Amino acid sequence: MSEEKKIAIKKIQATGFLRKIMADYFYELNDAAKEDSPKIAWCSSVGPAELLLSLGFLVHYPENHGAVLGSSRTANDYIPVANAVGYSPDICSYLTSDVGAFIKKETPLSRAYEGIEGIAKPDVLVYNTNQCRDVQDWFNWYSRELGVPAIGISTYRNIGKITDSHLQGIVQQTKDLIPPLEKISGNKFDIDKFRSVLSLSKDCTLMWKKVLEANAAIPAPISFFDATIHMGPAVVLRGSPQAVEYYKVLLKELEEKNAKKDGAVEGEKFRIYWEGMPIWGKLRNLAEFFIGFKTAVVASTYCNSWIFDSFDPEDPFMSMARAYTEIFIVRDENFKEKYIEEMVRKYKLDGILFHDAKTCPNNSNNRYGMPERLEKKLNIPSLTINGDLNDLRCYSEEQAKTNIEAFIEQLETK
Amino acid sequence: MNYFVGIDVGASTTKAVIIDEEKKVLGYSLTYSGADFKAAAEQVFEESQKKARRKEPAKFVVATGYGRRNVPFADKSRTEISCHARGSFFYFPHAHTLIDIGGQDNKIIKVNDSGKRTGFKMNRKCAAGTGAFLEEMANRLQIKIEKLNGLAEKSERDIQIGSYCTVFSATEILTRIREGVEIKDLVKGIFGSVIKRALEMDPLEGNIVMSGGVVAYNPFLVSMFEKKLGKKIFIPPHPQLTGAFGAALYALEAKGG
Repeated sequence: MSEEKKIAIKKIQATGFLRKIMADYFYELNDAAKEDSPKIAWCSSVGPAELLLSLGFLVHYPENHGAVLGSSRTANDYIPVANAVGYSPDICSYLTSDVGAFIKKETPLSRAYEGIEGIAKPDVLVYNTNQCRDVQDWFNWYSRELGVPAIGISTYRNIGKITDSHLQGIVQQTKDLIPPLEKISGNKFDIDKFRSVLSLSKDCTLMWKKVLEANAAIPAPISFFDATIHMGPAVVLRGSPQAVEYYKVLLKELEEKNAKKDGAVEGEKFRIYWEGMPIWGKLRNLAEFFIGFKTAVVASTYCNSWIFDSFDPEDPFMSMARAYTEIFIVRDENFKEKYIEEMVRKYKLDGILFHDAKTCPNNSNNRYGMPERLEKKLNIPSLTINGDLNDLRCYSEEQAKTNIEAFIEQLETK
Repeated sequence: MNYFVGIDVGASTTKAVIIDEEKKVLGYSLTYSGADFKAAAEQVFEESQKKARRKEPAKFVVATGYGRRNVPFADKSRTEISCHARGSFFYFPHAHTLIDIGGQDNKIIKVNDSGKRTGFKMNRKCAAGTGAFLEEMANRLQIKIEKLNGLAEKSERDIQIGSYCTVFSATEILTRIREGVEIKDLVKGIFGSVIKRALEMDPLEGNIVMSGGVVAYNPFLVSMFEKKLGKKIFIPPHPQLTGAFGAALYALEAKGG
């Protein structure tokens, strides 16, 4: 067999709208930085963004920038720069690529958006360690570098059943953020504003959930690889009406596709779960590769991680604490295992792919025997591929693709 | 008479196997893959054609291995994981675990009683425990790779080489050399390291089959492995050709032979 034939990824019409609202978001931040108003907060992606928005901050998410560095395949220009100043190649490659880009004073955003010269500088850095310790270390680097305060929430980890005692502490930590944030923003905290932002966030997140659930249909209308791009507004624009509007448009398109049985993968034969981080620099490449084998990557923990069912404007502090504690990454192995089991059933999946991301242990769930346990329990095969979210030095394309191809050959004989 | 071809373009060597409709091997050949996979594939195909005394075109050709997409005359490609499983099951038609130690990677493949693959694993990114590891170590010790087996056989000591990184292993070997350890003992320690890497990949329960070039040229490594597992390890005839043979079986199957 000679070269693989050219494969076209089906277009999603809503992408134009997505590009516009993302561009508006970046330009708004850029303008604010130039005019020093409104104030800018940098926030971890599953952090207390709603509180910041209610206080009038515009919010930049360094993790989103990390993903931009990965998907633009510039991360490997910057990771060594951070390595060289003492940030190990073994720690989060979002952190190292983002810090490296900052040191070099470069961003792919300036190539994508004319007039944007750099990342909008923060007035405050606000983290939540629910995802990992690296966000705190990351923000502390900027805090030292820019002389800006880094404040945040330290959560429990590996939680099974969530109890009131878990949440009370988080509620208190969230409330403790208010006085310094009021001072920096120059705005008084307004509970009604907070409720209203949380309500918009909830609407966004529920619409995003519906978008993902549209993939329960056979064939699935959107691939995991596309979904990682379309989740942008759920990450950076939740709490805004634009995000809600966007997902209404996207959902309508996917429902129309479902009515026509127009799948993302023509002739869909197999349905796979993607567990772990995306390999940002290989999204298109892998999307085409799976299409070539008529295999749809239908659902993922990653995209589901921006569903916050528990947001309740009636009880904003407690419900926000609950929502940001319920997410997969904060939970114990038993919870995670049951969660994936449920996904396999809900989306009628044939196999599970675990991405063991070298620099992201908290998002690599193959390391404590879960693939073996799930294979036994669900009687479906799993595959683990080695790679990384951003650091392509950790990804062997040939080995990964041979593994995926062999995995699909195995599904064919089942 | 119709014949069917399997070409396995591996990281280190390229192999061809020709079989007839009765699955009998008519000819085979192997060469180093080098930098031109296409040329290597053509060479082994022509050589095995000569050995099989066939001039007419093959009925069907299946390519496998790292360079499976670089064989322009192949009708189809399949991964080496499928082909090794198929080749191994032909000789051992019962549930088993196949350990293939190739040039660039180790594969552990499980097949059930009907020959279906139920799972597989490949080594992690590092080449420790693979053929490339042995080549690197032989190079460090300034001995020819084909001498390794004979040297290890003569050793009566157990030297531990523990690292799972090839570079770290090389450093460990330097330390042992400094300590005055004899070459034969080092080589046995290196074989032990290959076995450890495989043991880390899977519990290796049930019947075990081994294939690949490392097994073909180093029977003493297999006997060390048997001792470690406390059971017999089955080896197919021409263990280095298992993948190419499996590919030839797929070629036959594709034509309904």
